[in-house]
Amino acid sequence: MKVLVPVKRVIDFNVAVRVKADRSGVDLTNVKMSINPFDEIAVEEAVRQKEKGKVTEIVAVTIGPAAAQETLRNALAMGADRAILVKHDAELEPLAVAKLLKAVCAQEQPGLIILGKQAIDDDCNQVGQMLAALLGWPQGTFAAQLEIQPDKIQVTREVDGGLQTVELKLPAIVTTDLRLNEPRYASLPNIMKARKKPIQEKTVADYGIDPAPRLKILEVTAPEKGRSGVRVTSAAELVEKLRERGLI
Amino acid sequence: MPSLVLAEHNNRLLDEATGKTVSAAAAVSTPVHVLVAGSDCRHVAQQARSISGVEKVLLADDPRYAGFLAEPVAALVLSLAPAYDAILAPATANGKNILPRVAAILDVPQLSDIIAVESPDIFRRPIYAGNAVQKIEAKGFKKIITVRIAAFPPAPAGGDAVIETVAAAEDPGLSHVVSENMTHSERPELTAARIVISGGRGLQSKENFILIERIADRLGAAVGASRAAVDAGFVPNDHQVGQTGKIVAPELYIAVGISGAIQHLAGMKDSRVIVAINKDENAPIFGVADYGLVADLFQALPDFEKALEK
Repeated sequence: MKVLVPVKRVIDFNVAVRVKADRSGVDLTNVKMSINPFDEIAVEEAVRQKEKGKVTEIVAVTIGPAAAQETLRNALAMGADRAILVKHDAELEPLAVAKLLKAVCAQEQPGLIILGKQAIDDDCNQVGQMLAALLGWPQGTFAAQLEIQPDKIQVTREVDGGLQTVELKLPAIVTTDLRLNEPRYASLPNIMKARKKPIQEKTVADYGIDPAPRLKILEVTAPEKGRSGVRVTSAAELVEKLRERGLI
Repeated sequence: MPSLVLAEHNNRLLDEATGKTVSAAAAVSTPVHVLVAGSDCRHVAQQARSISGVEKVLLADDPRYAGFLAEPVAALVLSLAPAYDAILAPATANGKNILPRVAAILDVPQLSDIIAVESPDIFRRPIYAGNAVQKIEAKGFKKIITVRIAAFPPAPAGGDAVIETVAAAEDPGLSHVVSENMTHSERPELTAARIVISGGRGLQSKENFILIERIADRLGAAVGASRAAVDAGFVPNDHQVGQTGKIVAPELYIAVGISGAIQHLAGMKDSRVIVAINKDENAPIFGVADYGLVADLFQALPDFEKALEK
Protein backbone atom coordinates (compact mmCIF):
# COMPACT_ATOMS: atom_id res chain seq x y z
CA MET A 1 0.00 0.00 0.00
CA LYS A 2 1.13 3.48 -0.86
CA VAL A 3 1.08 6.17 1.86
CA LEU A 4 0.95 9.88 1.16
CA VAL A 5 2.46 12.12 3.86
CA PRO A 6 1.73 15.84 3.49
CA VAL A 7 4.25 17.99 5.40
CA LYS A 8 4.48 21.71 6.12
CA ARG A 9 7.46 24.02 6.54
CA VAL A 10 6.92 26.19 9.64
CA ILE A 11 8.89 28.45 11.98
CA ASP A 12 10.94 26.18 14.23
CA PHE A 13 9.12 25.56 17.51
CA ASN A 14 12.06 26.97 19.52
CA VAL A 15 11.97 30.36 17.82
CA ALA A 16 10.36 33.24 19.70
CA VAL A 17 7.89 34.63 17.18
CA ARG A 18 7.77 38.39 16.64
CA VAL A 19 4.87 40.33 15.25
CA LYS A 20 5.75 42.82 12.48
CA ALA A 21 5.53 46.51 13.38
CA ASP A 22 2.97 47.13 10.62
CA ARG A 23 0.71 44.42 12.12
CA SER A 24 0.55 42.57 8.80
CA GLY A 25 1.79 39.28 10.19
CA VAL A 26 4.75 37.69 11.96
CA ASP A 27 8.34 38.33 10.95
CA LEU A 28 9.72 35.42 8.90
CA THR A 29 13.00 37.01 7.80
CA ASN A 30 16.13 35.14 8.87
CA VAL A 31 14.11 32.84 11.09
CA LYS A 32 14.93 29.15 11.42
CA MET A 33 12.34 27.03 9.63
CA SER A 34 11.68 23.33 10.25
CA ILE A 35 9.28 20.56 9.40
CA ASN A 36 6.06 20.92 11.42
CA PRO A 37 6.64 18.62 14.45
CA PHE A 38 3.35 16.76 14.03
CA ASP A 39 4.20 16.11 10.35
CA GLU A 40 7.56 14.73 11.43
CA ILE A 41 5.65 12.24 13.59
CA ALA A 42 3.55 11.42 10.49
CA VAL A 43 6.67 10.69 8.40
CA GLU A 44 8.08 8.54 11.22
CA GLU A 45 4.85 6.54 11.45
CA ALA A 46 4.81 5.90 7.70
CA VAL A 47 8.42 4.70 7.85
CA ARG A 48 7.66 2.39 10.80
CA GLN A 49 4.68 0.92 8.96
CA LYS A 50 6.92 0.32 5.94
CA GLU A 51 9.49 -1.37 8.17
CA LYS A 52 6.69 -3.63 9.46
CA GLY A 53 5.84 -4.54 5.86
CA LYS A 54 2.42 -2.86 5.93
CA VAL A 55 3.40 -0.13 3.51
CA THR A 56 5.24 -0.40 0.19
CA GLU A 57 5.87 3.21 -0.79
CA ILE A 58 5.96 6.55 1.03
CA VAL A 59 5.39 9.76 -0.92
CA ALA A 60 5.94 13.05 0.90
CA VAL A 61 4.22 16.15 -0.45
CA THR A 62 4.44 19.79 0.50
CA ILE A 63 2.93 23.01 -0.79
CA GLY A 64 5.17 26.01 -0.32
CA PRO A 65 8.06 28.10 -1.62
CA ALA A 66 11.17 26.66 -3.29
CA ALA A 67 12.85 26.51 0.14
CA ALA A 68 10.25 23.94 1.23
CA GLN A 69 12.49 21.47 -0.66
CA GLU A 70 14.49 21.27 2.59
CA THR A 71 11.41 20.02 4.40
CA LEU A 72 10.96 17.32 1.77
CA ARG A 73 14.65 16.36 1.97
CA ASN A 74 14.14 15.98 5.70
CA ALA A 75 11.24 13.56 5.08
CA LEU A 76 13.28 11.69 2.45
CA ALA A 77 16.21 11.35 4.87
CA MET A 78 13.86 9.84 7.45
CA GLY A 79 12.74 7.22 4.94
CA ALA A 80 10.20 8.58 2.45
CA ASP A 81 10.82 7.17 -1.05
CA ARG A 82 10.04 10.21 -3.18
CA ALA A 83 8.50 13.63 -2.88
CA ILE A 84 6.31 16.21 -4.59
CA LEU A 85 6.76 19.97 -4.19
CA VAL A 86 3.77 22.05 -5.21
CA LYS A 87 5.29 25.50 -5.51
CA HIS A 88 3.37 28.40 -4.05
CA ASP A 89 4.80 31.47 -2.36
CA ALA A 90 1.76 32.99 -0.67
CA GLU A 91 -0.05 31.68 2.40
CA LEU A 92 -2.82 29.22 1.68
CA GLU A 93 -5.93 28.59 3.73
CA PRO A 94 -6.47 25.02 4.94
CA LEU A 95 -9.37 24.46 2.54
CA ALA A 96 -7.17 25.36 -0.47
CA VAL A 97 -4.47 23.03 0.86
CA ALA A 98 -7.03 20.24 1.21
CA LYS A 99 -8.23 20.80 -2.37
CA LEU A 100 -4.67 20.66 -3.71
CA LEU A 101 -3.95 17.51 -1.74
CA LYS A 102 -7.13 15.97 -3.13
CA ALA A 103 -5.81 16.67 -6.63
CA VAL A 104 -2.45 15.09 -5.70
CA CYS A 105 -4.38 12.04 -4.43
CA ALA A 106 -6.15 11.71 -7.77
CA GLN A 107 -2.73 11.25 -9.36
CA GLU A 108 -1.06 9.19 -6.66
CA GLN A 109 -3.98 7.00 -5.52
CA PRO A 110 -2.65 6.34 -1.99
CA GLY A 111 -4.34 3.81 0.28
CA LEU A 112 -3.62 5.89 3.37
CA ILE A 113 -2.74 9.50 4.14
CA ILE A 114 -0.92 10.35 7.38
CA LEU A 115 -0.38 13.98 8.39
CA GLY A 116 0.04 16.14 11.49
CA LYS A 117 -3.06 17.07 13.48
CA GLN A 118 -2.17 20.75 13.29
CA ALA A 119 0.55 23.05 12.04
CA ILE A 120 2.21 25.00 14.84
CA ASP A 121 2.09 28.26 12.87
CA ASP A 122 -1.60 28.88 12.18
CA ASP A 123 -2.80 26.31 14.77
CA CYS A 124 -5.84 25.60 12.57
CA ASN A 125 -6.22 21.82 12.96
CA GLN A 126 -8.28 21.51 9.77
CA VAL A 127 -6.47 20.09 6.73
CA GLY A 128 -6.74 16.36 7.52
CA GLN A 129 -10.43 16.52 8.31
CA MET A 130 -11.19 18.71 5.28
CA LEU A 131 -9.25 16.42 2.95
CA ALA A 132 -11.10 13.39 4.36
CA ALA A 133 -14.43 15.12 3.69
CA LEU A 134 -13.49 16.15 0.13
CA LEU A 135 -12.34 12.60 -0.66
CA GLY A 136 -15.32 11.02 1.12
CA TRP A 137 -12.90 9.03 3.30
CA PRO A 138 -13.06 8.23 7.01
CA GLN A 139 -10.67 9.96 9.42
CA GLY A 140 -8.77 8.91 12.51
CA THR A 141 -7.68 12.20 14.03
CA PHE A 142 -5.30 12.76 16.98
CA ALA A 143 -3.85 9.27 16.63
CA ALA A 144 -1.90 7.74 19.51
CA GLN A 145 -1.62 4.31 17.92
CA LEU A 146 -2.49 2.69 14.62
CA GLU A 147 -2.73 -0.77 13.26
CA ILE A 148 -3.07 -1.41 9.55
CA GLN A 149 -5.05 -4.50 8.58
CA PRO A 150 -6.17 -5.67 5.12
CA ASP A 151 -8.82 -3.19 3.88
CA LYS A 152 -9.13 -1.45 7.23
CA ILE A 153 -7.21 0.38 9.92
CA GLN A 154 -7.64 0.67 13.68
CA VAL A 155 -6.78 4.05 15.11
CA THR A 156 -6.58 4.80 18.81
CA ARG A 157 -7.42 8.47 19.24
CA GLU A 158 -6.59 10.94 22.00
CA VAL A 159 -9.98 12.39 22.95
CA ASP A 160 -10.99 14.55 25.92
CA GLY A 161 -10.78 12.37 29.00
CA GLY A 162 -9.20 9.27 27.47
CA LEU A 163 -8.75 7.17 24.37
CA GLN A 164 -11.16 6.06 21.68
CA THR A 165 -10.31 3.25 19.26
CA VAL A 166 -12.05 3.42 15.90
CA GLU A 167 -12.00 1.15 12.89
CA LEU A 168 -11.94 2.82 9.50
CA LYS A 169 -12.38 1.44 6.02
CA LEU A 170 -9.41 2.04 3.78
CA PRO A 171 -8.57 4.33 2.10
CA ALA A 172 -8.49 6.58 5.15
CA ILE A 173 -6.82 9.61 6.72
CA VAL A 174 -4.89 9.62 9.98
CA THR A 175 -3.76 12.76 11.79
CA THR A 176 -1.01 12.37 14.35
CA ASP A 177 -0.87 13.32 18.01
CA LEU A 178 2.23 13.66 20.18
CA ARG A 179 2.31 10.18 21.63
CA LEU A 180 2.13 8.23 18.37
CA ASN A 181 5.90 7.87 18.19
CA GLU A 182 9.20 9.61 18.70
CA PRO A 183 10.70 10.61 15.35
CA ARG A 184 14.19 9.33 14.57
CA TYR A 185 17.16 11.48 13.74
CA ALA A 186 18.15 10.96 10.12
CA SER A 187 21.58 9.32 9.88
CA LEU A 188 24.29 10.91 7.78
CA PRO A 189 24.24 8.11 5.14
CA ASN A 190 20.46 8.52 4.89
CA ILE A 191 20.82 12.29 4.52
CA MET A 192 23.28 11.66 1.66
CA LYS A 193 20.94 9.12 0.09
CA ALA A 194 18.02 11.54 0.36
CA ARG A 195 19.83 13.99 -1.91
CA LYS A 196 19.49 11.51 -4.74
CA LYS A 197 15.82 10.71 -4.16
CA PRO A 198 13.49 12.33 -6.69
CA ILE A 199 11.46 15.48 -5.97
CA GLN A 200 8.81 16.21 -8.57
CA GLU A 201 8.00 19.90 -8.97
CA LYS A 202 4.51 21.16 -9.63
CA THR A 203 2.69 24.46 -9.33
CA VAL A 204 -0.73 25.29 -7.95
CA ALA A 205 -1.81 26.15 -11.50
CA ASP A 206 -1.12 22.55 -12.60
CA TYR A 207 -4.06 21.45 -10.47
CA GLY A 208 -6.53 24.19 -11.44
CA ILE A 209 -7.28 25.13 -7.83
CA ASP A 210 -8.06 28.74 -6.89
CA PRO A 211 -5.55 29.60 -4.14
CA ALA A 212 -7.12 32.95 -3.19
CA PRO A 213 -7.84 33.32 0.54
CA ARG A 214 -11.46 33.82 1.54
CA LEU A 215 -10.82 35.16 5.04
CA LYS A 216 -9.42 38.67 5.38
CA ILE A 217 -6.70 39.11 7.98
CA LEU A 218 -7.18 42.66 9.24
CA GLU A 219 -4.24 42.68 11.62
CA VAL A 220 -1.87 40.50 13.62
CA THR A 221 -0.92 41.75 17.06
CA ALA A 222 1.15 40.61 20.02
CA PRO A 223 -0.81 39.13 22.91
CA GLU A 224 -1.54 41.23 25.98
CA LYS A 225 1.35 41.43 28.43
CA GLY A 226 1.51 39.16 31.43
CA ARG A 227 1.25 40.13 35.08
CA SER A 228 4.26 40.82 37.25
CA GLY A 229 3.79 39.22 40.58
CA VAL A 230 4.99 38.99 44.13
CA ARG A 231 8.06 36.96 45.05
CA VAL A 232 7.71 34.84 48.18
CA THR A 233 10.71 33.42 50.02
CA SER A 234 9.37 30.10 51.28
CA ALA A 235 6.67 27.52 50.69
CA ALA A 236 5.20 28.39 54.10
CA GLU A 237 4.84 32.04 53.09
CA LEU A 238 3.23 30.95 49.84
CA VAL A 239 0.62 28.85 51.66
CA GLU A 240 -0.06 31.79 53.97
CA LYS A 241 -0.64 34.18 51.03
CA LEU A 242 -2.94 31.73 49.26
CA ARG A 243 -4.91 31.18 52.47
CA GLU A 244 -5.24 34.93 53.01
CA ARG A 245 -6.92 35.20 49.63
CA GLY A 246 -9.17 32.21 50.29
CA LEU A 247 -7.72 30.33 47.34
CA ILE A 248 -6.92 27.18 49.32
CA MET B 1 -30.88 33.62 10.33
CA PRO B 2 -30.17 31.57 13.45
CA SER B 3 -26.88 30.04 14.49
CA LEU B 4 -26.41 26.40 15.41
CA VAL B 5 -24.25 25.19 18.30
CA LEU B 6 -23.08 21.60 18.38
CA ALA B 7 -23.47 20.46 22.00
CA GLU B 8 -20.59 18.81 23.87
CA HIS B 9 -21.76 15.96 26.10
CA ASN B 10 -21.19 12.32 27.00
CA ASN B 11 -24.77 11.11 26.35
CA ARG B 12 -25.58 11.68 30.03
CA LEU B 13 -24.32 15.12 30.99
CA LEU B 14 -24.11 18.33 29.06
CA ASP B 15 -20.58 19.78 29.20
CA GLU B 16 -20.27 23.43 30.22
CA ALA B 17 -18.35 23.98 26.96
CA THR B 18 -21.80 24.08 25.33
CA GLY B 19 -22.99 27.09 27.33
CA LYS B 20 -19.76 28.92 26.60
CA THR B 21 -20.14 28.25 22.89
CA VAL B 22 -23.71 29.56 23.11
CA SER B 23 -22.25 32.83 24.49
CA ALA B 24 -20.04 33.14 21.41
CA ALA B 25 -22.86 32.14 19.04
CA ALA B 26 -25.19 34.79 20.48
CA ALA B 27 -22.67 37.45 19.42
CA VAL B 28 -22.52 36.08 15.85
CA SER B 29 -26.11 35.41 14.85
CA THR B 30 -29.37 34.99 16.77
CA PRO B 31 -31.52 33.14 17.71
CA VAL B 32 -29.29 30.29 18.86
CA HIS B 33 -30.24 26.65 18.36
CA VAL B 34 -28.36 23.78 20.01
CA LEU B 35 -27.91 20.40 18.35
CA VAL B 36 -27.66 17.45 20.74
CA ALA B 37 -26.46 14.48 18.70
CA GLY B 38 -25.90 11.28 20.61
CA SER B 39 -27.48 8.04 21.74
CA ASP B 40 -29.97 7.82 24.63
CA CYS B 41 -29.25 11.47 25.20
CA ARG B 42 -32.73 12.95 25.77
CA HIS B 43 -31.59 13.92 29.25
CA VAL B 44 -28.81 16.04 27.72
CA ALA B 45 -31.38 17.88 25.60
CA GLN B 46 -33.32 18.63 28.79
CA GLN B 47 -30.20 20.22 30.27
CA ALA B 48 -29.52 22.21 27.09
CA ARG B 49 -33.01 23.70 26.97
CA SER B 50 -32.37 25.63 30.19
CA ILE B 51 -29.38 27.53 28.76
CA SER B 52 -30.42 31.17 28.54
CA GLY B 53 -30.57 32.52 25.00
CA VAL B 54 -31.28 29.16 23.37
CA GLU B 55 -34.49 29.23 21.33
CA LYS B 56 -34.60 25.62 20.25
CA VAL B 57 -32.82 22.35 21.03
CA LEU B 58 -32.56 19.89 18.16
CA LEU B 59 -32.31 16.31 19.39
CA ALA B 60 -30.82 13.64 17.12
CA ASP B 61 -30.99 10.53 19.28
CA ASP B 62 -29.64 7.54 17.40
CA PRO B 63 -27.10 4.75 18.12
CA ARG B 64 -25.00 5.92 15.15
CA TYR B 65 -24.12 9.08 17.12
CA ALA B 66 -23.09 7.29 20.33
CA GLY B 67 -19.33 7.75 19.80
CA PHE B 68 -19.62 11.23 18.17
CA LEU B 69 -17.73 10.01 15.10
CA ALA B 70 -16.95 12.74 12.59
CA GLU B 71 -18.35 10.98 9.53
CA PRO B 72 -21.98 10.48 10.71
CA VAL B 73 -22.15 13.65 12.87
CA ALA B 74 -20.80 15.86 10.05
CA ALA B 75 -23.42 14.33 7.72
CA LEU B 76 -26.11 15.25 10.28
CA VAL B 77 -24.85 18.84 10.67
CA LEU B 78 -24.73 19.19 6.88
CA SER B 79 -28.37 18.05 6.62
CA LEU B 80 -29.33 20.93 8.94
CA ALA B 81 -26.85 23.52 7.63
CA PRO B 82 -29.05 25.27 5.01
CA ALA B 83 -31.19 26.85 7.77
CA TYR B 84 -28.23 28.49 9.52
CA ASP B 85 -25.96 31.51 9.04
CA ALA B 86 -23.35 30.23 11.46
CA ILE B 87 -22.44 26.82 12.87
CA LEU B 88 -20.31 26.72 16.00
CA ALA B 89 -18.74 24.01 18.14
CA PRO B 90 -16.46 24.19 21.16
CA ALA B 91 -12.80 23.59 20.25
CA THR B 92 -12.85 20.24 22.03
CA ALA B 93 -11.56 16.99 20.55
CA ASN B 94 -15.06 16.41 19.11
CA GLY B 95 -15.54 19.93 17.76
CA LYS B 96 -12.10 19.94 16.17
CA ASN B 97 -12.75 16.52 14.67
CA ILE B 98 -16.19 17.18 13.21
CA LEU B 99 -16.45 20.80 12.08
CA PRO B 100 -13.73 20.97 9.37
CA ARG B 101 -15.58 18.17 7.54
CA VAL B 102 -18.68 20.37 7.52
CA ALA B 103 -16.75 23.42 6.28
CA ALA B 104 -15.06 21.47 3.47
CA ILE B 105 -18.33 20.09 2.08
CA LEU B 106 -19.94 23.54 2.29
CA ASP B 107 -16.84 24.90 0.50
CA VAL B 108 -16.25 27.60 3.12
CA PRO B 109 -13.24 28.33 5.32
CA GLN B 110 -13.34 27.53 9.03
CA LEU B 111 -12.36 29.86 11.86
CA SER B 112 -10.60 27.71 14.46
CA ASP B 113 -10.38 28.41 18.16
CA ILE B 114 -11.75 31.97 18.27
CA ILE B 115 -11.15 33.92 21.49
CA ALA B 116 -13.31 36.97 20.72
CA VAL B 117 -16.23 38.04 18.57
CA GLU B 118 -15.62 41.72 17.77
CA SER B 119 -18.64 41.98 15.49
CA PRO B 120 -20.75 39.37 13.68
CA ASP B 121 -18.12 39.36 10.90
CA ILE B 122 -14.90 40.03 12.82
CA PHE B 123 -13.13 37.60 15.11
CA ARG B 124 -9.89 37.18 17.01
CA ARG B 125 -7.96 33.94 17.19
CA PRO B 126 -4.50 33.07 18.52
CA ILE B 127 -1.76 31.75 16.23
CA TYR B 128 1.77 30.55 17.01
CA ALA B 129 0.70 29.15 20.38
CA GLY B 130 -0.74 32.50 21.37
CA ASN B 131 2.44 34.38 20.48
CA ALA B 132 0.34 36.43 18.09
CA VAL B 133 -3.35 37.14 17.65
CA GLN B 134 -5.11 37.42 14.29
CA LYS B 135 -8.04 39.77 13.71
CA ILE B 136 -10.02 38.23 10.87
CA GLU B 137 -12.98 39.30 8.80
CA ALA B 138 -15.27 36.54 7.53
CA LYS B 139 -17.96 37.87 5.23
CA GLY B 140 -20.16 36.63 2.44
CA PHE B 141 -20.40 32.95 3.36
CA LYS B 142 -21.71 30.67 6.07
CA LYS B 143 -19.54 30.89 9.17
CA ILE B 144 -18.07 27.69 10.54
CA ILE B 145 -16.39 28.34 13.88
CA THR B 146 -14.75 26.47 16.73
CA VAL B 147 -14.64 28.34 20.03
CA ARG B 148 -11.92 28.39 22.68
CA ILE B 149 -14.07 27.66 25.71
CA ALA B 150 -11.70 29.24 28.26
CA ALA B 151 -12.23 32.59 26.49
CA PHE B 152 -16.02 32.82 26.82
CA PRO B 153 -18.28 32.92 29.90
CA PRO B 154 -20.99 30.28 30.16
CA ALA B 155 -24.43 31.52 29.14
CA PRO B 156 -26.53 31.69 32.33
CA ALA B 157 -29.29 29.21 33.13
CA GLY B 158 -32.92 30.21 33.04
CA GLY B 159 -33.78 29.46 29.42
CA ASP B 160 -36.88 27.60 28.36
CA ALA B 161 -36.20 26.30 24.85
CA VAL B 162 -38.39 23.88 22.96
CA ILE B 163 -36.97 20.45 22.11
CA GLU B 164 -37.47 19.31 18.55
CA THR B 165 -36.53 15.85 17.37
CA VAL B 166 -34.60 15.72 14.12
CA ALA B 167 -34.16 12.70 11.87
CA ALA B 168 -30.79 10.99 11.74
CA ALA B 169 -28.89 11.61 8.52
CA GLU B 170 -27.60 8.77 6.37
CA ASP B 171 -24.50 7.21 7.94
CA PRO B 172 -21.70 7.00 5.37
CA GLY B 173 -20.73 3.72 7.09
CA LEU B 174 -17.00 4.35 6.90
CA SER B 175 -16.15 4.10 10.58
CA HIS B 176 -17.21 2.57 13.87
CA VAL B 177 -16.07 2.64 17.48
CA VAL B 178 -14.18 -0.45 18.65
CA SER B 179 -13.59 0.57 22.25
CA GLU B 180 -13.32 3.53 24.57
CA ASN B 181 -10.93 3.81 27.46
CA MET B 182 -11.77 6.87 29.50
CA THR B 183 -9.50 7.85 32.36
CA HIS B 184 -11.37 7.49 35.63
CA SER B 185 -9.68 9.70 38.14
CA GLU B 186 -10.76 10.58 41.64
CA ARG B 187 -9.39 14.02 40.92
CA PRO B 188 -11.47 16.67 39.15
CA GLU B 189 -11.30 17.03 35.37
CA LEU B 190 -8.55 19.42 34.23
CA THR B 191 -10.73 21.88 32.35
CA ALA B 192 -13.38 21.98 35.10
CA ALA B 193 -11.15 22.05 38.24
CA ARG B 194 -11.06 25.06 40.58
CA ILE B 195 -7.39 24.40 41.29
CA VAL B 196 -4.82 22.90 38.92
CA ILE B 197 -1.30 21.93 39.92
CA SER B 198 1.02 21.10 37.04
CA GLY B 199 4.50 19.63 36.88
CA GLY B 200 7.16 20.01 34.25
CA ARG B 201 10.52 18.65 33.22
CA GLY B 202 11.88 19.82 36.60
CA LEU B 203 10.18 16.82 38.24
CA GLN B 204 12.78 14.63 36.49
CA SER B 205 10.85 11.35 36.67
CA LYS B 206 7.46 9.67 36.69
CA GLU B 207 8.00 8.61 40.31
CA ASN B 208 8.64 12.19 41.44
CA PHE B 209 5.18 13.22 40.20
CA ILE B 210 3.88 11.77 43.46
CA LEU B 211 5.05 15.06 45.03
CA ILE B 212 2.56 16.90 42.79
CA GLU B 213 -0.19 14.32 43.26
CA ARG B 214 -0.04 14.44 47.05
CA ILE B 215 -0.58 18.18 47.04
CA ALA B 216 -3.32 17.83 44.42
CA ASP B 217 -5.19 15.38 46.65
CA ARG B 218 -4.81 17.64 49.65
CA LEU B 219 -6.19 20.63 47.70
CA GLY B 220 -8.79 18.73 45.67
CA ALA B 221 -6.93 19.89 42.58
CA ALA B 222 -6.54 18.44 39.10
CA VAL B 223 -3.07 17.40 37.96
CA GLY B 224 -1.64 18.94 34.80
CA ALA B 225 1.72 18.81 33.07
CA SER B 226 3.86 20.61 30.55
CA ARG B 227 4.51 19.06 27.17
CA ALA B 228 8.08 18.34 28.26
CA ALA B 229 6.77 16.21 31.13
CA VAL B 230 4.37 14.38 28.82
CA ASP B 231 7.07 13.82 26.19
CA ALA B 232 9.37 12.45 28.87
CA GLY B 233 6.64 9.96 29.81
CA PHE B 234 6.14 11.27 33.37
CA VAL B 235 2.35 11.52 32.89
CA PRO B 236 -0.23 10.57 30.22
CA ASN B 237 -0.88 12.90 27.31
CA ASP B 238 -4.35 13.90 28.49
CA HIS B 239 -2.68 15.76 31.40
CA GLN B 240 -0.98 18.16 28.99
CA VAL B 241 -1.78 21.84 29.42
CA GLY B 242 -0.79 24.02 26.48
CA GLN B 243 -1.07 24.88 22.81
CA THR B 244 -1.72 21.34 21.69
CA GLY B 245 -3.21 20.07 24.95
CA LYS B 246 -5.88 21.37 27.31
CA ILE B 247 -6.60 25.07 27.70
CA VAL B 248 -7.44 25.76 31.36
CA ALA B 249 -8.48 28.84 33.34
CA PRO B 250 -8.94 27.77 36.99
CA GLU B 251 -9.15 29.99 40.08
CA LEU B 252 -5.64 28.88 41.05
CA TYR B 253 -2.94 27.44 38.81
CA ILE B 254 0.27 26.18 40.40
CA ALA B 255 3.16 25.55 37.98
CA VAL B 256 6.00 23.49 39.43
CA GLY B 257 9.28 22.92 37.63
CA ILE B 258 7.80 24.39 34.47
CA SER B 259 9.96 26.97 32.70
CA GLY B 260 7.00 28.53 30.93
CA ALA B 261 7.50 27.90 27.22
CA ILE B 262 5.01 29.95 25.22
CA GLN B 263 3.27 26.69 24.24
CA HIS B 264 2.52 26.04 27.92
CA LEU B 265 1.58 29.63 28.75
CA ALA B 266 -0.93 29.48 25.89
CA GLY B 267 -2.82 26.87 27.89
CA MET B 268 -2.99 28.49 31.34
CA LYS B 269 -2.32 32.23 31.27
CA ASP B 270 -6.00 33.09 31.73
CA SER B 271 -6.09 31.43 35.17
CA ARG B 272 -7.26 33.85 37.89
CA VAL B 273 -4.23 33.42 40.15
CA ILE B 274 -0.98 31.83 39.00
CA VAL B 275 1.74 30.47 41.28
CA ALA B 276 5.17 29.49 39.94
CA ILE B 277 7.74 27.37 41.73
CA ASN B 278 11.01 27.10 39.83
CA LYS B 279 14.68 27.12 40.72
CA ASP B 280 15.59 29.32 37.73
CA GLU B 281 14.73 32.87 38.70
CA ASN B 282 14.80 33.92 35.04
CA ALA B 283 12.24 31.31 33.97
CA PRO B 284 9.54 32.93 31.79
CA ILE B 285 6.82 31.38 33.98
CA PHE B 286 7.53 34.10 36.57
CA GLY B 287 6.48 36.68 33.98
CA VAL B 288 2.86 35.49 34.20
CA ALA B 289 2.84 34.54 37.90
CA ASP B 290 1.03 36.36 40.71
CA TYR B 291 3.19 34.57 43.29
CA GLY B 292 6.67 33.30 42.51
CA LEU B 293 8.87 31.08 44.62
CA VAL B 294 12.46 30.62 43.46
CA ALA B 295 13.39 27.30 45.03
CA ASP B 296 14.37 23.71 44.41
CA LEU B 297 11.05 21.94 44.00
CA PHE B 298 12.30 18.84 45.83
CA GLN B 299 12.62 21.04 48.90
CA ALA B 300 9.68 23.35 48.19
CA LEU B 301 7.00 20.72 47.53
CA PRO B 302 7.46 18.79 50.80
CA ASP B 303 7.57 22.14 52.62
CA PHE B 304 4.38 23.20 50.82
CA GLU B 305 2.69 19.96 51.86
CA LYS B 306 3.82 20.41 55.46
CA ALA B 307 2.55 23.99 55.52
CA LEU B 308 -0.83 22.77 54.24
CA GLU B 309 -1.09 20.34 57.14
CA LYS B 310 -0.85 23.14 59.66
